[in-house]
Amino acid sequence: MATAAITAERENYLNQEYGIKSWLLTVDHKRIALLYLLSITFFFFIGGFFALLIRLELLTPAGDLVQADTYNKLFSMHGQVMIFFFLIPSIPAVLGNFLVPLMIGAKDLAFPRINLLSWYLYIIAGVLMVHCMLTGGVDTGWTFYTPFSTAFSNTKVIEAGLAIFISGFSSILTGLNFVVTIHRMRAPGMTWDRLPLFIWAHYATSIIQLLGTPVVAVTLVLVVLERALHLGIFDPTRGGDPLLFQHLFWFYSHPAVYIMILPSMGVVTEIIPCFCRKRIFGYKFVALSSISIAVFGFLVWAHHMFVAGISLYAALIFSALSYLVAVPSAIKVFNWTATMYKGSITFSTPMLYAFGFVGLFTMGGLTGLFLAALGLDVHVTDTYFVVAHFHYIMVGGALMGYLGGMHFWWPKISGRMYPESLGRLAALIVFLGFNLTFFPQFILGYLGMPRRYWQYPPEFQVLNVLSTAGATVLAVGYLLPMVYFLWSMRYGKVAPDNPWGASGLEWMTTSPPPTFNFDQPPVVNWEAYDYEHIPAPQEARSGG
Amino acid sequence: MADSPIAVEHHNPALKHHFADMEQQREASSLGMWLFLATEIMFFGGMFCAYLIYRLWYFPDFGAASNSLDITLGAVNTAVLICSSLTVVMAVRAAQLGKRQQQVIYLALTLVLGLAFLGVKAVEWTSKFKEHHIPGPTFNFEGSIPSHPDQPVDQHHAQIFFSLYFAMTGMHALHMVIGVGIFSYLLYHAWKGTYTPEYYTPLENSGLYWHFVDIVWIYLFPLLYLIDRKK
Repeated sequence: MATAAITAERENYLNQEYGIKSWLLTVDHKRIALLYLLSITFFFFIGGFFALLIRLELLTPAGDLVQADTYNKLFSMHGQVMIFFFLIPSIPAVLGNFLVPLMIGAKDLAFPRINLLSWYLYIIAGVLMVHCMLTGGVDTGWTFYTPFSTAFSNTKVIEAGLAIFISGFSSILTGLNFVVTIHRMRAPGMTWDRLPLFIWAHYATSIIQLLGTPVVAVTLVLVVLERALHLGIFDPTRGGDPLLFQHLFWFYSHPAVYIMILPSMGVVTEIIPCFCRKRIFGYKFVALSSISIAVFGFLVWAHHMFVAGISLYAALIFSALSYLVAVPSAIKVFNWTATMYKGSITFSTPMLYAFGFVGLFTMGGLTGLFLAALGLDVHVTDTYFVVAHFHYIMVGGALMGYLGGMHFWWPKISGRMYPESLGRLAALIVFLGFNLTFFPQFILGYLGMPRRYWQYPPEFQVLNVLSTAGATVLAVGYLLPMVYFLWSMRYGKVAPDNPWGASGLEWMTTSPPPTFNFDQPPVVNWEAYDYEHIPAPQEARSGG
Repeated sequence: MADSPIAVEHHNPALKHHFADMEQQREASSLGMWLFLATEIMFFGGMFCAYLIYRLWYFPDFGAASNSLDITLGAVNTAVLICSSLTVVMAVRAAQLGKRQQQVIYLALTLVLGLAFLGVKAVEWTSKFKEHHIPGPTFNFEGSIPSHPDQPVDQHHAQIFFSLYFAMTGMHALHMVIGVGIFSYLLYHAWKGTYTPEYYTPLENSGLYWHFVDIVWIYLFPLLYLIDRKK
């Protein structure tokens, strides 16, 4: 490439300043995105380490690797770390932070210093969480159900609760920043119906973060107060109601699932039109389905409590409302497939992840309907069926989208191309490993294997061995991208400004972008996903 | 285009680089503050929800426990907070008119009223502490149900009332403490003359926060102090 040398020397957000201070005190949204990237990757591997130990313990029916108490801590901290310290910040805080201002043609987020503050809050929460893990951990499950968490558990519940409380504020501040930025910082001509659907997805996510997170925050405060100062709000021996805890907890924690999956849907909605060379099918429906998922998401929480003793009529209504979430979700899936129909599809790495997302999310979503059905839910509650279901959404869905997005925007973030063939290989390994890990768990759950036990009857062993084998494959699939992303930062081919021939303002600036994103403030006078007018690059076609 | 290399228009030093103009910056800050207040509503909402449920379940005991609160101190505190909201508005108005001295006076008054509220609250809590109304092993509540004086009060249910009382007023007081911190900062800047008719956003947004905390109290007062009062 003739322009390589020139591009590499251009001033950009990475080479404008050097030194640790220029990173730790930065207010540039792109640098903060990278700070987040490093920190969530760290927590991903901690959470993954716990998962590994869980799967190793379940290799044999007997409880031989760890004892019951340790096992309880392992799955609790796996859940807490993966949900609060990896999945919830994953796409919003890394890709969203990097891309929201770029995609709408702004110089930065509306509140750059609050953005940095949110990262520091995350780090404080993370340090607290790591300290909690190193000094004994917590065994309440990620759900902190009372009265176990308030009266019986003798582990570090207060510390874990506070860590999650603080990380919640980090999440709230990110969401607040996004909503204000999307409302007030759009470039001239960037109207609401020209916004990339990634932005719509983040808008919906941010609303959930804003309205949901405070509720879990106050709930955790009450748990901490009850444990430390003996308030009796959730204590049944003193007239309190543990079900109230569950209601308050799930009021956030069900919508939290959409905090994890909506950004991923946004990513996939960017990738699919690009690698099909087609305008997205049904732009408005995809945009509004994000919003309606956010809205419906707040009305279904009690489907986590069908067997906890809520009234039959409440259960009936929550069951029906839960079915309703399937409508906007299905709209998305149908629109993605309709976009692919007669498209000229390239099987590049991001697209492979997008395919994986659509398939696995569909499975996760459909099994969610099983769980929303009152009768069936009684049969599979607290079994591995539930575990498999939410891993299909959170790992098969959210994580696939995150990896797809990381590959799609890596050239923009780092200014380098990753090795395409290795990328495809890793995507394949992740897909196969994932299904091998979690599909057997559907069967295990249906056969009645309960979750959260360190032992199981011998007849479940074959499927458990398959699952553990799959987890090993999956681990390879996750390590590979980390290795070649690092490798590409030094040895990768220098990325052109728009390697995929993608639409969107982020591709119209240099790779990596300058500190203030655009040399000239952009003015938008075209529609979103205008792929009829963008030529496909040769490199992406041939798979470089 | 407006973005000619040499900007000749007046450039306010308070304008951050990533905003096009003061108008955009002010609107962004204001929207941010309103959104933050929405999160605060949800935060307190969780506790109000718990309150509502237990009040419906245990109304007689809640009435008894509520009657043990000092209604005079509660009313005084309500008046103090409403006055402080007034002084906040006056401070913002003074900034809009560019009157520095008035700004300083009104902000100082706000601080005094805020601290007075916290002082009264401390007195109330101390008396509750002496009466063993603090939830926990030493909790002991003696009183009768207002509408049925011969019926004994359920200790557990009274304890839930006080759990909620301390959680809610405690969280509210924490917000007051933060507010006092913010207004001390504002007072210092007002004294330095930072806020002008062109730039008073921090004052306005902090004012919104103060009003919000005020409004929370306006709900807390009747819900906690005025249940089943017979006299």
